[in-house]
Amino acid sequence: MVDLIVFIVLLLLGFVIGNYLEKRHFKSIKERETEFINLPTIMLKNPLRPEGIKSYDLVSGNVVISIDYFKKFVAFLVNIFGGNIEAYESLIDRARREAILRMKAEAKGASEIINVRLETSSISQNTKNGIGAVEVLAYGTAIYR
Amino acid sequence: MNITNLEYLPNKEIVEHYGVVSGSTVRAKHIGRDLMAGIKNVFGGELKGYTELLSEARDEAIDRMINQAQSMGANAILNVRFSTSSITAGASELYVYGTAVKVQ
Repeated sequence: MVDLIVFIVLLLLGFVIGNYLEKRHFKSIKERETEFINLPTIMLKNPLRPEGIKSYDLVSGNVVISIDYFKKFVAFLVNIFGGNIEAYESLIDRARREAILRMKAEAKGASEIINVRLETSSISQNTKNGIGAVEVLAYGTAIYR
Repeated sequence: MNITNLEYLPNKEIVEHYGVVSGSTVRAKHIGRDLMAGIKNVFGGELKGYTELLSEARDEAIDRMINQAQSMGANAILNVRFSTSSITAGASELYVYGTAVKVQ
């Protein structure tokens, strides 16, 4: 009985606070994305214009984002029947966009960032009561003109 | 030392190749951080402790790679790539590798 109450309380906490934190994060991501709209990130290996390059630098941004209790539960349920786990899709979307934004913040004054790569890794997925978290690293070469 | 993930350096010519250089670190998180992360696992959100830890570890791996390249006499590292793998529970390996070259 006590176990069930603890489980429901955790589930509710995860749903309410997790949802709130996610909405706040998405809002801040959207604001910063419009702020950096003039700094293109491209996956090509060549700069947009070959002339006028003053310097270049390796820039990177990383972020670790954790799942919440509610998402864990939803994922467990979906795992039984199969299908899209939307709760996880939004989590990874958040992490990728945040990592790119941090990389852009590091490249202050750059005209573009080229050869951008994204790398995703999960942290401690195999442990019994381990941390369900995803790390995303974005890196590229900032071109200064 | 020029470090880039491009396959060339803009406006510069490569005079000599030295082959692959790499650096790696294996980091574990300490219990305090794990506890905090366990609490955060209920609410979701960013694990700032882990973000810092991983970026510090990555900087150290880059330093090791630079030391190796310097001992060879290179002055630039091209085509740098990062990779992360979790070895055991609670520890991850950060590996960075690239090609050491000498440019004019």
